This record gives sequence, structure tokens and C-alpha cells, in this order.
Amino acid sequence: MAAHAEAHHGPPIAHQSSRVNASVLGMLLFIASEIMLFGSFFTAYFFVRVVNGIPWPTPPFELPVFVAGVNTAILVTSSFTMHWSLQSIKRGNRAGLQGGLLLTFLMGLVFLLTQAREYSRVGFAPHDGAFGTIFYCLTGLHGAHVFVGLSLLLFMTIRAFRGHFSPEQHHGVEIAGIYWHFVDVMWIVVYSTVYLI
Amino acid sequence: MINPLRSEAEAFRFLIASIVYFGAIVIAAVAGGKWWGLGVFVVLSAAAAWWWLRSRREERPRQTAPRPHAEGERRILVIANETVGGHTLRSMVLERSLDVREEVLVVTPALNSPLKHWVSDEDDARAAAQERLAASLEMLAEAGVQARGEVGDGDPLQAIEDALRTFGADEIIISTHPEGRSNWLERGVVEKARERFAVPITHVVVDLEREREEVR
Repeated sequence: MAAHAEAHHGPPIAHQSSRVNASVLGMLLFIASEIMLFGSFFTAYFFVRVVNGIPWPTPPFELPVFVAGVNTAILVTSSFTMHWSLQSIKRGNRAGLQGGLLLTFLMGLVFLLTQAREYSRVGFAPHDGAFGTIFYCLTGLHGAHVFVGLSLLLFMTIRAFRGHFSPEQHHGVEIAGIYWHFVDVMWIVVYSTVYLI
Repeated sequence: MINPLRSEAEAFRFLIASIVYFGAIVIAAVAGGKWWGLGVFVVLSAAAAWWWLRSRREERPRQTAPRPHAEGERRILVIANETVGGHTLRSMVLERSLDVREEVLVVTPALNSPLKHWVSDEDDARAAAQERLAASLEMLAEAGVQARGEVGDGDPLQAIEDALRTFGADEIIISTHPEGRSNWLERGVVEKARERFAVPITHVVVDLEREREEVR
């Protein structure tokens, strides 16, 4: 009987190791890219505020801490409804999935609209010094992430109302949920550093 | 590895932890001033790092079961670096494949230095492993064992896991050098493999230098 090593012609065989699961690797790369993206803006923020010692917020401007606080509460609550919706479909509760996703989407929308309203009333623009630039860049970058999250949530909500997803098949909601919680975590960081500290 | 965004439930817990973490820092900074805020930040960050390192140590790998295969077949996965030439190993494979249709897969890990692994410089390691594999298969063929071979991941445990995903092994044979000369034994590869894979594992010690072999 002849033994043989795997014969192969053509291009080299791709080295497919399961050292890191493909989906986990994708998520890790995504997190790494997001950390670098937000990290660059936070570096600018700390440079402006700590190294240059620019007063924060720079007088005569003021940050709407209370409105942003209410907005934070809305966004954090939306994470709870997101979690509830996924737990509902895992238990076969379709109404819970639909209600949870709809509430999450609406709260996310309210957050984004409140943010837009805040921009129109805050009294300074991105070109009003380093303070204004950093404020709009950080909150705007986060707002862009909320917009992406809302798009995902919209698709998932429509799919949920069209009868998609089951206790066994709910990967789409899971992915949207992970993204939504990530967006919330980033807002906690932005709100704590930009508005509160 | 602990990845807080691996599932929605884990991401939700990570969010709650973030709220507690930043909430405590903000409260300390607002109530006690920036130095209090900095102190709470340092303490909480150290606590989080300690918890993460501790969790990493305690994290047990999920057991990997092989893919099912057709009945009347015995599949043996041999994981060996350069010690597949031992007589005991060859006779063991022959003995296990009596009266059944055997399929033997020999996996030779592409051993590499950590630096070369991280910079993806694996070509030399894979080429060397391919040569060792060819020699092993030749020896098995001389002994009448029909086998095929693959070059696997540099980490023997990972190489086994990769092979199990495509090869429904009934048994794994790990061939190593004797204690004192075996890097795999020093790293507890056999014990870890028994913990990680839901397949019977036989450890064969092959002392090629002294032509002495023993089965454990």
C-alpha cells in the first residue's frame, strides 16, 4: 500500500487554521479599528485639554449637560430593550422581539434627533476653536455610529415584523445587538469625558 | 481569549460594567476633585486588569468532538513532529487497524519560533515539516500502513483541533520524545489534549536515539 503526502498543483493551499475563529477574528479587527478611530479623536481631546490646558468648555460656551444626560439615559435604556428583544426570541416570544426592536429603534432615533437639536442650539460651531472642533468631531463620530446602528436596527425590525427569526435562527439580531451595545459603550466614554469630567 | 463583544449577552454585560466603571470615576472626580477621579480610575483599572488575567487563567477550552464518519471504519489521527518512525508506533497503528477499514492521518506541526509566527514567516517551517512528513509516511508505508499526511499548525493542540474538524478521528496518537528531551511534554501537550478533545488519546514515547520505545 502506498502512502502519500497530499499532492497539490496550482497555487499554494491557503493555510486555514482555526487558531482564531473567523467571526471572532472579524470582530476583533473591527474593535481594533474602532479603538484606533476613536482613540485618535480622544488623543486630540486630551492633547487640547490636558497638554494645552484649554478651559473645557471654553468660555463663554457651555455644554448642555442635562439634555445630554437625559439623552444618555435614553440610549442606555435602548440597550436594555435590545437585550430584552433578543432574550424574547430565544424563548420563542415573537411579540417581545418585535416590541423590543421597535422600542430600541425609536429610542435610538430620539437620541439622534436630540443630538441634532443640541447642535442647533449649543451656540458654537466646529470652527470656533479647538474646543468646538473636538466636541463636534467626537459627538459627530459617535452620531455616525448611531446612524449605522439605526440602519441595522431598521432592517432587523422590518425582518422581525415579516416573520423572520426563530429561537434557533436569530444571528442578525445578535450582531445588531452587539453593535448597538458597542455604540452605547462608546457614548458612555464620550459623555463621561466630554460632558462630565 | 476573553472577547467582550463575542455575543450580545456578553456585550450587554460589558456595557453594564462600563457604566459602573465610568460612573464611579465621574462621581469621584465631581465630588472629590480630579485627583480623586484619577485615584478611582487607577484602582478600577487595576481591578479590571487583575480580573481579566484571572479569568484568562481559569478559562477552560471548549471540548472539541470530531466529525462523524461512516461505520466499519477506524480513523486514527497521528500527531507527531519527527518521531513517527518508531516501531511501537507503527505496530500500534497496524494493531488498531486489524479487521477494519483503517484511515490514518499523520499531522506534522510546522514548528516555528514565536517571532516568525507573529510576523507570518511560516514558509521555512512548513517546508521543513513537509519534509519530515514525507519521511514519516514513507516509513509507515514500508511497515504496511496506508496513511496520508498534512502539515498542521505550529501549536500541536491547534493542529489536532484543525484536523478533527475535517477528519473524524476515533483515536488520537500523540508521539513525543522521552521526558527531558520533549518540549511538548514540558508544555503538558498530552494532558491538555486529553482535557480538550473528546477522543481517546494514546501517548507514545519514542526514543529514537536509544532505539527504546515505550507506550504510556
